[in-house]
Amino acid sequence: MTAFLSVKDLFVRFSTEDGTVKAVDGLSFDLERGRTLGIVGESGSGKSVTSLSVLGLHDARSTEIRGEILLDGQELTGAPESVLEKLRGDKMAMIFQDSLTALSPYYTVGRQIAEPYRKHTGASKREARQRAVEMLEKVGIPNPSLRVDDYPHQFSGGMRQRAMIAMALVCDPELLIADEPTTALDVTVQAQILDLLKDLQQQTGSAIVLITHDLGVVANTVDELLVMYAGRAVERGSVREVLRAPQHPYTWGLLGSMPRLTSDVNEPLTPIPGTPPSLLAPPPGCPFHPRCAYTAEAGGEVCRTERPVLPPGRGAACHLSAERKRTVFNEQIKPRLG
Amino acid sequence: MTDKVSLPAPRDGSPGEPLLVAEGLTKHFPIMGGFPVKRRIGAVQAVDGVDLTVRAGESFGLVGESGCGKSTTGRLLTRLLEPTAGRISYRGEDITRAGRRQLAPIRSEIQMIFQDPYSSLNPRQTVGKIVSGPMEINGINPAGGREARVRELLDVVGLNPEHYNRFPHEFSGGQRQRIGVARALALEPKVIIADEPVSALDVSIQAQVVNLLGRLRREMGIAFLFIAHDLAVVRHFSQRVAVMYLGKIVEVGTREDIYGRPRHPYTHALLSAVPETHDADGTRRVGAPPGGSRGRIRLAGDVPSPVMPPSGCRFRTRCWKAQARCATEEPPLTRADGNTEGHLSACHFPEPPTVARNTEVILDPALRAAEDADGAGG
Repeated sequence: MTAFLSVKDLFVRFSTEDGTVKAVDGLSFDLERGRTLGIVGESGSGKSVTSLSVLGLHDARSTEIRGEILLDGQELTGAPESVLEKLRGDKMAMIFQDSLTALSPYYTVGRQIAEPYRKHTGASKREARQRAVEMLEKVGIPNPSLRVDDYPHQFSGGMRQRAMIAMALVCDPELLIADEPTTALDVTVQAQILDLLKDLQQQTGSAIVLITHDLGVVANTVDELLVMYAGRAVERGSVREVLRAPQHPYTWGLLGSMPRLTSDVNEPLTPIPGTPPSLLAPPPGCPFHPRCAYTAEAGGEVCRTERPVLPPGRGAACHLSAERKRTVFNEQIKPRLG
Repeated sequence: MTDKVSLPAPRDGSPGEPLLVAEGLTKHFPIMGGFPVKRRIGAVQAVDGVDLTVRAGESFGLVGESGCGKSTTGRLLTRLLEPTAGRISYRGEDITRAGRRQLAPIRSEIQMIFQDPYSSLNPRQTVGKIVSGPMEINGINPAGGREARVRELLDVVGLNPEHYNRFPHEFSGGQRQRIGVARALALEPKVIIADEPVSALDVSIQAQVVNLLGRLRREMGIAFLFIAHDLAVVRHFSQRVAVMYLGKIVEVGTREDIYGRPRHPYTHALLSAVPETHDADGTRRVGAPPGGSRGRIRLAGDVPSPVMPPSGCRFRTRCWKAQARCATEEPPLTRADGNTEGHLSACHFPEPPTVARNTEVILDPALRAAEDADGAGG
C-alpha cells in the first residue's frame, strides 16, 4: 500500500550554459491525506524545484526528471500534459510566495478563482461566480460579494494571499503545495494565514506540503519535517523530533543561527561557516562536509568520499554514529539554544 | 574565521551620550493627481511625529511591519530624505536644514547599510573601488594609502583582502553584505543606520552578519539604528527598541521592557505572531509558564493605508480593546503606570506588563468561523 503522495528517488537536473545543475538529487518522501509535510531549506536547496516537478510545472525542454512521483497511485513523472492538466487544480493545487506575480493583473480576482472551477466541474458562469464569493468569504475577505469584482492590485498583500488560497482550494484539491506562502507577508498577517491553512485543512482533510526557509513557521504548522541541503534530504522525522532532538549538523547549524525570543542575548549566534555549495559541482561525499564541524569525529575521509544515506522514517544522513549525534546535540548544541 | 582580526580602537565620545536625536520627525509624501494640471490631492503620512534618540555605542532597534515608516525614518535621519516637519540633531547640532557644506563632515560619521546586497553595490566597480569610494569623495588619505586601508577593512569584515580586484557578482549574498559593511566603515563612522541588513540573507548567513555587526558595536563603539521587521533579530542585537505602527512610535523601551513587559496591544500582537521553534513542543512559548501555553493574538486584516490613517489611535481599527475614546483622542507616548523610566507606550488602555496570556484574542473572521466549525465538527 503506497502513500497518498509518494516520491521515490527523485532526481531533477537542469541543463544550463554553465553545465548541469543537480537541483534535486535522490529525494524520497511519503505523505498521507490530512497530514502536512514541511520541507525546510535555504535558497538553492531544491525545495521549490521539488514542488514544481510534482505539479509538472517545470520547463520540460531543459529539465530532466528521473524517479517516481505517485499521487494516489498514479504516476506523474513522464505523464502527458493532458493528464497533468486534469489533475492540477482538481486533485492538486499550489500556493505561491508572490501573490502579485501569481495572480494575473488583467482579470478580476473572482474570475481567476472561478476559472479552474468552471474548467473542472463544468459549472455555469453564475454558479462559478457564486462559488468564488463563497471561497472569498471562507478565506476571510470582507464584503466578498463586492470584492469578487476587484482586480488584484486593489487587494492588500495579505488579501491577495488569501485570494490565492481561495483559488487553490476552489476545487477541493486533495493535495495542496504551499511554497513559502507567508514569506512576503508581515508577521501578524503570516500568523493569520498559517492558522487559516491549518483550520481549512481540518475541514477538507487534504494533504499539504509546506515549503519554507523558516523553522519557526513549520514548528506550529506541520506534522512531518524534511530538511534539505544541496538538493538532498538530510534529516527527516516528526516536527517535534526534528526540532527537539535534531540529528544532522546542518539542522544544528540552522537552529543555532536563529535568534529566538527566549535566547540569551549575551551569547553570539552560532552561524554555519562558509556558504552553500554550487549545485553545478556539489562536493563529493556528504554535501555538507565543507561546512561541517564534525567531520573529524565522523571519520574524516568517509565524509569526503562516501555519501551518507538517509534511513527511512526518523533519521539523518550523516556519518556520525547515532550515539554520537545524541551526545553532541545534548552536550554542545542544546545548551546554546534558548 | 573573522574572530581573530584586530579592530581599530573605539571612537571618542563617551558611551550613553545622545548622538542622533529626532524630535517630532514627520515625512508626508505628496500624492499628485488631477487633469490637466496636477495638484496635490493627498499625502502618504509615512512618518508622523517620531521622537527617538540613538546614544553613543548602543544599538537602537526600530521594528514594525511594512509601511510603518521605519525605513523612511532611517532615510530622514541620514538626510537622504527631507523631513516635512520636526528636528534632527547630531551631537547637539541641529542638522534639519543643514546644507551640503555643513553636512559633509557629519555625513562621514553617519553611514548606512542597505537591505539588498545586490542593488546597493555598483556592478561595474571592483570591491577596492567600492570600499575606497567614500574616502575618495571625502578626500581622505589614510597613512599607508587607501588600498592598504581597504585591505584592512576587508579583513575586518571577514573577507579575503586578496579579493580587492574582484567584482560584486563574484561574491555570494552574505559576502556582498560584508562589502557593504566595509564601505560603511571606511570613514570610521560613529553611527551606522542599518536598514534590514540581514533580511535578504539565508538564515545561516544572517547569523554571520549579525555577529559581525555586534562585534563592530562592541569593539569599535559604533552606535546602530537597526531597522528590521524580525523581532527576534532586533531583540538579539538591540539594547533599546521602538515599535512603529503606521508612522508613529507606539512603544519604546529597553529590550527587557519591550520583550518582557510590553504594554501596547500592538506589541503584544506582534510578539504573539512570531513563529517560534518551541511551538513544536506545543507548550513552551516566550513568557509562558512551564506547561502552559501563551494565548494567541490573531488580528484581522492588514495594516490600513497611511494615506488615510484612522483617527485617534491608529491601531484602533485592529485592536480588541478599542473604545469610543480611541477614535477621537490620540493617545500620547507616555510612561504608563508601573513602567520603568524610559519605557513609553501610546495607549489609552494598556495591557498588563507581561507576555504571558491566558486568553486568546481571535479577531480574524475567517479564522474564527473555521475554528468554530472545527470545534463543532470534532
